[in-house]
Amino acid sequence: MNLTLKVWRQSGPTDAGRMVTYKVEDVSPDMSFLEMLDVLNERLIIEGDDPVAFDHDCREGICGMCGMVINGVAHGEQRATTTCQLHMRHFEDGATITIEPWRAAPFPVVKDLVVDRSAFDRIIQAGGFVSVPAGSAPDAHSVPVRKEDADSAFDAATCIGCGACVAACPNGSASLFTAAKITHLSLLPQGQPERLTRAKAMVDQMDAEGFGGCTNTGECTAVCPKGIPLDTIARMNSDYLQANKK
Amino acid sequence: MKFVEGPDIRDTKAPEGPIEERWEKRKFAAKLVNPANKRKLNVIVVGTGLAGGSAAATLGELGYNVKSFCYQDSPRRAHSIAAQGGINAAKNYRGDGDSIYRLFYDTVKGGDFRARESNVYRLAQVSVNIIDQAVAQGVPFAREYGGLLDTRSFGGAQVSRTFYARGQTGQQLLLGAYQALERQVAAGTVQMFTRHEMLDLIVADGRARGIIVRDMVTGEIERHVADAVVLATGGYGNVFFLSTNAKGCNTTAIWRAHERGAYFANPCYTQIHPTCIPVSGEYQSKLTLMSESLRNDGRVWVPLRKGDDRAPGDIPEDERDYYLERIYPAFGNLVPRDIASRAAKNVCDEGRGVGPGGLGVYLDFRDAINRLGRDAVEKKYGNLFEMYERITGENPYDVPMRIYPAVHYTMGGLWVDYDLQSTIPGLFVIGEANFSDHGANRLGASALMQGLADGYFVLPTTIGDYLAAGPFGEVDEEAVTEAEGKVRARIERLLSVNGNRTPDSFHRELGKLMWDYCGMERTEESLRKALERIPELRKEFWENVKVTGTAEELNQVLEKAGRVADFFDLAELMCLDALVRTESCGGHFRAESQDADGEALRDDEHFAHVSAWEYSPEGVPVLHKEPLEYEYVKMTQRSYK
Repeated sequence: MNLTLKVWRQSGPTDAGRMVTYKVEDVSPDMSFLEMLDVLNERLIIEGDDPVAFDHDCREGICGMCGMVINGVAHGEQRATTTCQLHMRHFEDGATITIEPWRAAPFPVVKDLVVDRSAFDRIIQAGGFVSVPAGSAPDAHSVPVRKEDADSAFDAATCIGCGACVAACPNGSASLFTAAKITHLSLLPQGQPERLTRAKAMVDQMDAEGFGGCTNTGECTAVCPKGIPLDTIARMNSDYLQANKK
Repeated sequence: MKFVEGPDIRDTKAPEGPIEERWEKRKFAAKLVNPANKRKLNVIVVGTGLAGGSAAATLGELGYNVKSFCYQDSPRRAHSIAAQGGINAAKNYRGDGDSIYRLFYDTVKGGDFRARESNVYRLAQVSVNIIDQAVAQGVPFAREYGGLLDTRSFGGAQVSRTFYARGQTGQQLLLGAYQALERQVAAGTVQMFTRHEMLDLIVADGRARGIIVRDMVTGEIERHVADAVVLATGGYGNVFFLSTNAKGCNTTAIWRAHERGAYFANPCYTQIHPTCIPVSGEYQSKLTLMSESLRNDGRVWVPLRKGDDRAPGDIPEDERDYYLERIYPAFGNLVPRDIASRAAKNVCDEGRGVGPGGLGVYLDFRDAINRLGRDAVEKKYGNLFEMYERITGENPYDVPMRIYPAVHYTMGGLWVDYDLQSTIPGLFVIGEANFSDHGANRLGASALMQGLADGYFVLPTTIGDYLAAGPFGEVDEEAVTEAEGKVRARIERLLSVNGNRTPDSFHRELGKLMWDYCGMERTEESLRKALERIPELRKEFWENVKVTGTAEELNQVLEKAGRVADFFDLAELMCLDALVRTESCGGHFRAESQDADGEALRDDEHFAHVSAWEYSPEGVPVLHKEPLEYEYVKMTQRSYK
């Protein structure tokens, strides 16, 4: 396959940035999207150009490090797929593909397609945990957990923290990310003692980071590579309201 | 490559006495640090996977002043996250005959009698606490309808001791450790440095006293000093270029520590995982593992006839060779990883491999679908089948999967004593980065167990014994300046070559060479060839590598080049270690040492020892042997027939 890429290039946070066009030839349909970019970068290095910087690590869809907006869609049009798991067989020969970084004020661009997502870590720091120091835990079977609750908690816990939800949201909201963690822990008995303080602290931190509010457009869940359900946000709001009543 | 032999290592600091009492004894004997003094003691932890994340969190909880470093943009992304299958623990919740002793026994045997009994026993003891800890943190393990934890049997174990969270156990355990870590960041006990790469170890007055790191965003070189340094930087499987490791996994931290005096143990012990998706082309950047649990229901086969290129569905039953079931009737498709991998290589070498380049075997679910129904198979393996289809474009419900072995884990690593301390006082090494518990072959679902055992339970106790003598005062300025200067000079050298080849192209060539000559099967001839070729390629690297950009910016080419440079040096030591160990054991198969059936043949008389290598600046490493004694588990030749 031969492709035309329009890639966002930005040398650093203070650079205005621009789209730059590259041709890539002899792309195999079995390549992953990132392997296609590897091929481009190998060529750019040899030509003495600065290769396109992008974040990636596990390349098996679980670390959450990669992420780019491909043809206007976070992680591309293939549903429930991270960028690293997207393969070139889903593109037409001769196509033009636009590639941009996550765009949201709380995710400033570091370079090219690399953004700073440390706001997510700070939201977890605010309360995304159960306070249980190592060595203090009771026997694992001392508290049975309903299978349905464990399964639903797992569904929320699969969030990989990639930030696609924020990139897709017209408001730049981090509600799906925050709600996934709140839901995971609030469905389990172990998460109950801190349930309301957690919800309040995490939502307040999310707001403090400058993420927008949720208006239920649902773009987040549509692009989420792990299919985190939208109703987690309802649970977050419910916990948050309760916390504020107290 | 020349080497010399140095004195044996006789004392590993394991307490004497009955094996079940040794860890208790050590814990009691370990000096305690006064709570008021803990905040005056600084500890650096490099790496935030299961071992590093849990260690940094726990040290913070104890009140130490911790600095935690990772190269990713968040500690949550460390490659432990990709572990699929599960975590072993001797809970015996099933009442199926499991016990701490049995987990200990299985691990020593599975490691082909090349691991330390004392360490492994402690690992089995601590395994039960890990499950308690993880559940209390809210790790959503699989449960049964009664609300209790579900387990499965895994990787050839005959008891059901593997706890799991669908196919994402590593992710859930890592997020548990990550959350505990972030809780300590919020509490102010841990300071987090993301996008920072360790480039050297500071050793002053005979103690590890800090690290030199590069801020990967600004390019700034920073010095961080402390009273102790913990390396939890993972394995070095990426020396093969293609592996199931994340792209960023590298050997730099442990290699630089090795250059500073830490012995490197058993570098040749690498685990090749049998069930990975085969290579599809020259551009391949990594290999993806398919969980071993697939072998519970999938049947492995190749065509009976060489060069049979019919579609799998057109090959009749009597023209298929279910070779694992044929050769190993007792364990069949569930033989341990090293055996399954080599068998796949053998049938492919015979020209019976399938798929592009003939480097693949079928893993067929036809019979399972007929027996259990498609729905049942989908329920069990649905997410794995989807992942396979996403990568290959083939639907495994209709066409058998193609799989091939890939480098997955490295049992070797920095040598540590019973306290997980390296040969440099104050340098501790945990998780995959050390060599300690898996011998020559790691059993499935044991990596997560070891990482968390080290980080939550073992290191926080043993490091206290060392720190009780601290704080160790000001760090000798000269040592810090020397280390920083060395790092700067190396970066400058990489940038100044300005040759014609990319770092990746050298890495690919090195990886292929290692796979061909020091991979699943090693011979004296292949290893000698590798030892001849590696220095030539390294020389070319330093004369012809091209690194674009500058040192003062985010520069992924520079990062890569530095890592590849260290892989060259490590590769050489791996080949030397493999050459010296003329026996076959676990993941190390020397073609010269096999029995009449082609199975690995150990040589306990000459090789029942750990090979711990001391670095030599003159290029003549010193081999120290640590004899291995087996008081509890009788050494036998493994048989899975």
